[in-house]
Amino acid sequence: MSAKLERLCRQLKESFGDRIGEPVINHGEVSVAVPAANYLAVMRQLRDDPAFSFEQLMDLSGIDYSEFTGYQGPRYAAVSQLLSLTHNWRLQVKAFPTDDEFPVLESVVDVWNVANWYEREAFDLFGIHFEGHPDLRRILTDYGFVGHPFRKDFPISGYVEMRYDPEQQRVVYQPVTIEPREVTPRIVREQNYGKAGRG
Amino acid sequence: MADVRNYTLNFGPQHPAAHGVLRLVLELDGEVIVRADPHIGLLHRGTEKLAETRTWLQTLPYMDRLDYTSMIPSEHVYCLAVERLLGVEVPIRAQYIRVMFDEITRIKNHLLNIGTHALDIGAMTMVLYTFREREDLFDILEATCGIRMHQAYYRPGGVYRDLPDQMPKYQENRFKNAQTVKELNEARNGTLLDFLEDFTNRFPVYLSEYHTLLTDNRIWKQRTVGIGVVSPERALQLGFSGAMLRGSGIEWDLRKKQPYEVYDRLDFDIPVGVNGDTYDRYLVRMEEMAQSNRIIKQCIAWLRNNPGPVISDDHKVAPPSREKMKGSMEELIHHFKLFTEGMHVPPGEAYAVIEHPKGEMGVWAVSDGANKPYRIKLHTAGIPHLAATDEMCRGHMLADATAVIGTIDLVLGDVDR
Repeated sequence: MSAKLERLCRQLKESFGDRIGEPVINHGEVSVAVPAANYLAVMRQLRDDPAFSFEQLMDLSGIDYSEFTGYQGPRYAAVSQLLSLTHNWRLQVKAFPTDDEFPVLESVVDVWNVANWYEREAFDLFGIHFEGHPDLRRILTDYGFVGHPFRKDFPISGYVEMRYDPEQQRVVYQPVTIEPREVTPRIVREQNYGKAGRG
Repeated sequence: MADVRNYTLNFGPQHPAAHGVLRLVLELDGEVIVRADPHIGLLHRGTEKLAETRTWLQTLPYMDRLDYTSMIPSEHVYCLAVERLLGVEVPIRAQYIRVMFDEITRIKNHLLNIGTHALDIGAMTMVLYTFREREDLFDILEATCGIRMHQAYYRPGGVYRDLPDQMPKYQENRFKNAQTVKELNEARNGTLLDFLEDFTNRFPVYLSEYHTLLTDNRIWKQRTVGIGVVSPERALQLGFSGAMLRGSGIEWDLRKKQPYEVYDRLDFDIPVGVNGDTYDRYLVRMEEMAQSNRIIKQCIAWLRNNPGPVISDDHKVAPPSREKMKGSMEELIHHFKLFTEGMHVPPGEAYAVIEHPKGEMGVWAVSDGANKPYRIKLHTAGIPHLAATDEMCRGHMLADATAVIGTIDLVLGDVDR
């Protein structure tokens, strides 16, 4: 299995050179970072080049790295999971939009039509904009929702809640009345914590 | 000439054939669908965001609530992702148990799908038959983990406990006399594996009953043949997986192509459709149930002869046994730390996939070394399938919209997350 993955890494380096980052193998998966400028062209070649033939885009998701321990770099990333049925291998492609204030990437809807909803979701939840997307509407959140809820600075309890108001006889929005509560704190231990011989 | 305009129809979110809370805005030209725009998110619970505020173990039961008709495979893929990050070995017996329950769930899922799909397009009887068999399978799950629906049975490192030695039995009451109770309990006198084996022996008979009811049924064929046709090329473009992809004639099954757990040791076949229409997908699902039955039989035979541990003995990940915890100080500390602070998963990311009954399900887990996930992305098969509704419905009659929604095996908990 790993010989196959090394072959994929080698082919990636041969075909794309410095247009992509260094491919890495981790937990039996190949991952590669692509600069936003080359994103669309690289994705198209990954699908069409018979050396890769990634016919399917299985997933595309956003991620917000702003609170990642020890991370420095662009805040957002769009992460695609590609699958090739011909070669039976997978590839993870990470594209980092350069501007943290207004993250923009090119849309891959023309390359894989399935990306339509995935990009709408990444836009809805993370506020990553996809240029050239035919219909970039919100998808999961409520009609008229404000903000991008999966960003790390968005509180888990949200800002507004909804209830039926018997006087006005309709559903109204109001500021949330619940207090956020954390039962188990988030803890990052030092490396090798708890390993034998370290007490 | 009168001005003829397209008519917009709101299908759902409370329509019984919408399988949950799907709102489908249909644009109609007479009775022909011109455009279908699914509005999802009415069941969005923010599972991925919630996971970021819970420990790795506390996140597990949320996975059951994604696809609430086939719960166990969702736990499975989450456990696989966490295990890959942790580098934990799962005992072989636990792997067989996992495969067995995945296949039980596959049968359970397809029974629900075929029953309700037939119900949606006018065959009332089917659902009564398929729900009869589902009840036996729920009894097995209840005997194993105490809960019918949301089991939380798989844990990172194995499964929560071994299979029970006995099945719960019916008892006499005002409505059931001794004779009835005796007949009902006939299959339940042995262990859980005995009951399950009895079920696998009965199941081919049930399956032939379904075939009698539907496969050659003229009305069923008129409603499904040639409806929602997807060519293999389009199926790839639209990101299909599972029975939807195989129905279009592409032989792709992760259990065969990228085997996980012990699937490479088991003998089974992959059914493939020809025309890519609703009827072919139905046939694929029917045959998948027969194949799952075969897999379950093989698992039962192996599990009978090979006792052993069912969860990892790495107590940084899996809790020690109850007896040990009560008797040993160190095990008590392990238990306490595991259930308060939780396990620490090394920094890294993993994308684990399995062949969920509905298609490929993936979990992309990102850890920065904390006791909580940094990000969990759930890829469920329902999203690309529902996104393709527009293309599959276009040009069909309004009544065919329910046939298409039925064939994509829709569960909104799975789509909205």
